[in-house]
Amino acid sequence: MSRRLRLAVFGLGAVLTGALLVIAFTGLPEFGTSHHPYGDRAVHTAVDEQKTSNAVSSVNFDQRAIDTMGEEFILFTAVIGTLVLLRELRREVEEGEVETELRRSPRGLSSTAYLTYAMLGVTTLTGLYVVAHGHLSPGGGFQGGVVLGTAIHLLYVGGGYRAIRKARPLHLYEIFDALGAGGFVVLGLAGAIVGGDLLANVLPLGALGDILSAGQVELLNALVGLEVASAVIVILARFLEQYAEVRIQGTAR
Amino acid sequence: MRMLLFCCAGWLLLIGCYGIVVSRNLIHTVICLVVCQSSTYLILLGIGYRSGGTAPVFSDTSPSTVVDPVVQALCLTDVVVSATVIALFLALALQAHKQHGTVDPDELTSLRG
Amino acid sequence: MTAVIAVATVLTALAGTAVVFTHHPKRQALTLSMLGLMLTLVFVALQAPDVALSELGINALVVPMVILLVAEKIRARR
Repeated sequence: MSRRLRLAVFGLGAVLTGALLVIAFTGLPEFGTSHHPYGDRAVHTAVDEQKTSNAVSSVNFDQRAIDTMGEEFILFTAVIGTLVLLRELRREVEEGEVETELRRSPRGLSSTAYLTYAMLGVTTLTGLYVVAHGHLSPGGGFQGGVVLGTAIHLLYVGGGYRAIRKARPLHLYEIFDALGAGGFVVLGLAGAIVGGDLLANVLPLGALGDILSAGQVELLNALVGLEVASAVIVILARFLEQYAEVRIQGTAR
Repeated sequence: MRMLLFCCAGWLLLIGCYGIVVSRNLIHTVICLVVCQSSTYLILLGIGYRSGGTAPVFSDTSPSTVVDPVVQALCLTDVVVSATVIALFLALALQAHKQHGTVDPDELTSLRG
Repeated sequence: MTAVIAVATVLTALAGTAVVFTHHPKRQALTLSMLGLMLTLVFVALQAPDVALSELGINALVVPMVILLVAEKIRARR
């Protein structure tokens, strides 16, 4: 199919889809409507019954925890797929077919290095805070995990590839990734054994606004934070490896 | 005026699909997919919005009119998970380049054994 | 609809169009970062701080970094 024909077919499809979308949008309730039946019940359950200040965390890790478990395993599977694909590219080096050396990068400013070393502690602490307070204020395992995963790469910005390779034990992070995913399921099964339903919230609920409230939300936040941070670190590590190790000219393909 | 948000979301979806159709580089294709995904977040959060409502977090306020937390929970996990799926696609693009020497989708048509 | 939401939405649509019409992969990483920033602003205007936090971290940082690494690797292999 030529490009012109493909574009014409797409144009027809886009016009029809656009018309359908506009018709669908006119059928939606008014923007800013106050009719949210599920939302009102979710907020009531979160605040009054489950003692969770952050209603979104309550929906994610308490009321609809099974959906979060499914999403977490999508993440886990995507990470495994990425690692398998990049390992195939790595296999050449390990079997001695190709030799590599580290890419020569220009020396950065020392002020950049000092700034990143100073910010490393602050960023890690912020990430841990976001994970730990997910049930109280905006945040949680997913957001805090991303902050933690990117915090360690400040070392790459300041010190180069050698610095981050030295300070980041990759096998440990792969283990943490699996621990986070598996821990979620174990906690769910424990809830099933004690409470009768998978991922039932059987831990003590505490009082609204306390650091130790909302039962299992805190624990699940920590496990998800561990998994997301490890996933980000492991993926970025393998891509950095592909980028930073250049083939020595003249070795076999 | 109330349709502005939804129409912008529809525009993002269609322009993302256009980008995928005319793309000459697998990386460009993958990023246009990210644009399509953003349109779904806009639609979901637009449905959940309540006029005069605040964020559904009660750490320093007492229960008042808040927006719908359920759609926010949906979007929040999806944003993070889609990033890893995009990384998977980019690893596929890298592998395709290694096998066939090109990242042009038009030249990667035949499934060679 | 408040003016803030309207302006942020229009900026997002413009940023999305810019991403699609940038064909060079390394430059597209930068426009994707801009799209992530505009989306964060829309999410904050729509009273969704949790989603805004994750959107900022992912689409403005992690994904552009991976795109830059892959784009440079592909360019170097040619």
